[in-house]
Amino acid sequence: MSRRRHSDEGDAGAQPHKRRRTSEPIEIEDRLESLICRVGEKSTSSLESNLEGLAGVLEADLPNYKSKILRILCAVARLLPEKLTVYSTLVGLLNARNYNFGGEFVEAMIRQLKETLKANLYPEALYLVRFLSDLVNCHVIAAPSMVAMFENFISVTQEEDIPQVRSDWYVYAVLSSLPWVGKELYEKKDVEMDRLLSQIDGYLKRRQKTHVPMLQVWSAEKPHPQEEYLDCLWAQVQKLKKDRWQERHILRPYIAFDSVLCEALQHNLPPFTPPAHCPDAHYPTPHTVFRMFDYTDAPEGPVMPGSHSVERFVIEENLHCIIKSHWRERKTCAAQLLSYPGKNKIPLNYHIVEVIFGELFQLPSPPHIDVMYTALLIELCKLQPGSLPQVLAQATEMMYMRIDTMNTTCIDRFINWFSHHLSNFQFRWSWDDWADCLTQDLEKPKPKFVKEVLEKCMRLSYHQRIVDIVPASFSALIPADPVSFYKYAEESSSSLPGYALATTVGNAIKNRASNEEILIILKDVPNPNQDEDDDEGDSFNPLKIEVFLQTLLHLAAKSFSHSFSALAKFHEVLKTLTDSDEGKLHILRVLYEFWRSHPEMISVLVDKLIRTQIVDCAAVANWVFSPDMAHDFTRFYVWEILHSTIRKMNKHVQKIQKELDEAKEKLEKQQSKKRDSGDEEEMEKNSEDEDGQLEEQIEKLQEKVEAAQSEQKNLFLVIFQRFIMLLTEHLVRCETAGTDINTSWYKSCIERLQQIFLMHHPIIQQYMGTLENLLFTAELDHHILAVYQQFCALQL
Amino acid sequence: MSIKLNALFSDSYVDVSQYRDQHFKGNRYEQEKLLKQSATLYVGNLSFYTTEEQVHELFAKCGDVKRIIIGLDKIKKTACGFCFVEYYTRADAENAMRFVNGTRLDDRIIRTDWDAGFKEGRQYGRGKSGGQVRDEYRQDYDPARGGYGKMVQKS
Repeated sequence: MSRRRHSDEGDAGAQPHKRRRTSEPIEIEDRLESLICRVGEKSTSSLESNLEGLAGVLEADLPNYKSKILRILCAVARLLPEKLTVYSTLVGLLNARNYNFGGEFVEAMIRQLKETLKANLYPEALYLVRFLSDLVNCHVIAAPSMVAMFENFISVTQEEDIPQVRSDWYVYAVLSSLPWVGKELYEKKDVEMDRLLSQIDGYLKRRQKTHVPMLQVWSAEKPHPQEEYLDCLWAQVQKLKKDRWQERHILRPYIAFDSVLCEALQHNLPPFTPPAHCPDAHYPTPHTVFRMFDYTDAPEGPVMPGSHSVERFVIEENLHCIIKSHWRERKTCAAQLLSYPGKNKIPLNYHIVEVIFGELFQLPSPPHIDVMYTALLIELCKLQPGSLPQVLAQATEMMYMRIDTMNTTCIDRFINWFSHHLSNFQFRWSWDDWADCLTQDLEKPKPKFVKEVLEKCMRLSYHQRIVDIVPASFSALIPADPVSFYKYAEESSSSLPGYALATTVGNAIKNRASNEEILIILKDVPNPNQDEDDDEGDSFNPLKIEVFLQTLLHLAAKSFSHSFSALAKFHEVLKTLTDSDEGKLHILRVLYEFWRSHPEMISVLVDKLIRTQIVDCAAVANWVFSPDMAHDFTRFYVWEILHSTIRKMNKHVQKIQKELDEAKEKLEKQQSKKRDSGDEEEMEKNSEDEDGQLEEQIEKLQEKVEAAQSEQKNLFLVIFQRFIMLLTEHLVRCETAGTDINTSWYKSCIERLQQIFLMHHPIIQQYMGTLENLLFTAELDHHILAVYQQFCALQL
Repeated sequence: MSIKLNALFSDSYVDVSQYRDQHFKGNRYEQEKLLKQSATLYVGNLSFYTTEEQVHELFAKCGDVKRIIIGLDKIKKTACGFCFVEYYTRADAENAMRFVNGTRLDDRIIRTDWDAGFKEGRQYGRGKSGGQVRDEYRQDYDPARGGYGKMVQKS
C-alpha cells in the first residue's frame, strides 16, 4: 500500500506513482527509504537474514546514493529509537564492509547531535547518544572514545551557575545508555567507568529535589513510591552493575554477527564538548516515574521485572518511543505496542497499560492530547479482547482504591478518561464493587470521584441512562437532572419584584422586539441599590439584569444553539447592562442561578459571554472565588471553566502578538524592497503613505498587545490573590481551633493552586518577578509558599 | 537533518476521503483546497436522538468548538442523524479525525469527514422523504434512525 506524501501544497489530487520503464533516481531513493524504514518488521525471513540482505543492497548503492543513505540512517537513529539495535547492527555490517562509510556515518551523527542540542531537541539528542553507545557494541566506535565522551558529559556537573536541569540531562544521557553499553565499557575501561559513576553518585546526592512533590501522581509512598526519574535510573544502573552488567532483555541482533563485526576496524569519536549553556536553552523538565503494577499484579504468565531492574527501564523506554512514533495512527500504534519484541517473556499488557496511564497522568502535562490515550486504549481492547480489558479493569480498580492520595489534576484526567471509555462500552461497570464509597461523606475523594464520573457520563448520554446503569443504592451520587430554574415562572413567583416586567420582557422578545425596545422596557425596572441622586438609572442594577437574563435564558433554554442565538441577538442590551465590574459579576451569578443543574450549559455560555466581550476573564475568576460559588468550589466543572477562561486569555494575547509581528515583518519587507530598488524618487512618493499607514497600525497593535498583556497579568494576580486569601483563612482557622488542616477541601484547594502553575507555566514564567514581590513573599504561610517554591524548582 | 521519512510517519486519519459534496458551488480544485484547509467536520451515523449537548461534550475533547449545526429533516425540521462541528483551528479538527472518528457517541460508531464549510441550506437532509439519502434506501431496521429505510416503509 503506497502512502501519499503530505507536502502537495499546490496539487489538486493524489500523485499516482506511475511505473516507469527505467528506474528514476527519485524512485530508488524512495525505495531505499522504504527498505531501511521497514527492516525489522514482521517478515517471513529472519531478522538476521534481512539485515544481511539489506547491508548488501546498501553497500552496492553506496557509490551513487551515499549521502542519501547517510541521511536516512541518521534520521532513523534519531526518530526510531525503539529499533535502535536493529539499525546499529546495520551500521555495524556496513562499517565492516566499508570502513570509510562507517567513519562518515559517525561524523554525520556527531554533527546531528550538535544540531539537535542547539535546537533544544533533547529527547532526540538522547536517542542519538544511545545509538552512538550501541555502535560500540557493533565495533563501529572504540570504547575508550565513548568513555571520553561520557566523561565530557559528566564534567557538565562541575559547571557553575547553570540550571540544574542542564546537568541533569547530561547525567541522564550517560546513565540511560548504560543498559545498552555498560558491559562493553566496563570490560574495556573499568577504572574510568568507576570514577564516572562515583562522580554521578556525588552529583545525585547534592542535587535539589524540591520539585518532586509537585510532579508525583500519588503522594503516598505505598504501594509504589513515585520516584524522581534520575533516582530511579540510578538505582537501576547500580543494580545492573551489581549483576555484572548482565542485561538480557534488549534484543541484540549484532550478537549473531559477532564473527563479522569483530573483524571490523573501529573509529574514534572526535572529542565532543557539550555546547555551552545559553539563555535560550530549554532543557527537559524533570519527571517522576509512574508505577502502578508489580510482580504481584500479573496473576499468571511471565513475571513483571522489578521497579529497579534495568529491564523495566528498557521496556518502558521502548513503549514510550513507540507511542511517540505512532500516536497519530491509533491502530498502528496499538499493533506496534502489542508486537513488542520479547513480549512472551513479560506481562506486556500490564506494561502497556502502565506506560499509557503514566503518560496520561504525567505532570505538568501529558506528552500528547488526552483523548489520544482513550482512543488508543480502545484500539488495544479491540486487538486483545480476551485479555486487555481485564487488565484495564484491574488498573481502574486500583486507581479507585488509591484515589485518596492521587493528585487532583490526575483525578481530573482519570474522570475524563474513565467516563469517555465507558461511553464506548455501554457504560458497563461493576458499580457495586465500589459500594464502599456510599458510606463516606460526599466530599471525600472516592464518592466525589464516582459523582464526577457519573456527571461526565451523563453529559455524554442523558440523565435517565445514568439512573438506569447504577444500582439504586447509588442514587445520592447520581447527577442532578440538568433542568433550568426560571424564577419568574407562573403564579408561584408573582410576588417577586420584577415579575410583571419579566412577563412584559418575555412577550416583547417573543414579538421580536429590538434591543432599543427592550432597553426602554427595562428602564422601568426599579433599582434596589439605587442612590437618591442617580436619576439616569445607569448605574449597576442587579434586578434589571435578573429580569432580562432570566427571561431570555428561559425562552432560549431548548438547546445550546437557541441560547447562543439569544445572546447574539440581544448583545447590545447585555453589553449595556454589564457595563460595570459588578454588572459582569452579576450576570454570571444570574446565569449560574438559572442553570445551576446543567454545568455543561454554564460552561458554554460563559465561553460565549467572554468571546462576545460581555464579561471579561477577571470577572469569571472573581465569580469562581465568590462566596456564592463556595459550595461548588471543589466541583470539576468550575475548574474546567476557569482553565478554559485562562486559555482564552492566553490565546487572545498570542493572536494580537502575532498580528503585531506580522505587521512589523511587512514593514520590514517593504522598507528593504525600497532599499534594494533603483528608482528612489519614484518609490519614495508612493511609500511614505504606505509606511505611515503601517507604522500607525503597528503602534495601535503595540498598544493592543500591552493592554492584553496587562489584562492577562491582572487575571493571574486576581486568581493567585484569591487562592492565598482562601487558603490563609483556612489555615488560620484550623490553627486557632487546633484542628487538622488536611481536610478534603484543603487538599483539593491547594492542588488546584498547583494546577494553575502547572497548566499555565509558560505564561506565568513571565510574571515571576511580580508574583514574588507582591504575593509569594516570605510572610506567607509556608504551606502556600511551598507550592510556589516547588514551581520555581521545576525551572520550566 | 530535515528528512521526514514519509514512508513511516503517516497521518492517514487526517487524509481527505473520496466523498465530494455534489451540491458544492465551485470546481473540484476549489473543493479540494477548502477541504484541506477546513476546520469543519461532517459527522454521520448519529442517532436521531443525539443532542447538540452530547456532540459538544465529545468533540470539545479535541479543542474549543466554535459551532455545532444539527442536521435536520427538510420537511419535519427534526434531527435526522448528522451534524457539522466547526472548530476554531484546523489542528483541533485534525485531532477529532484522529481520535473521535470511528468511536462511539450515544452508543453508535460515528464517522467524521472533512467538510468544505457550512452554508445555509446544508443543514437539511437531501433524501426525497426529507431525511438523509442513506435512510431512503437502507434495508435494515435501525430504531435510532426512524426504523426501516423509507423505501422499505413505503412498500
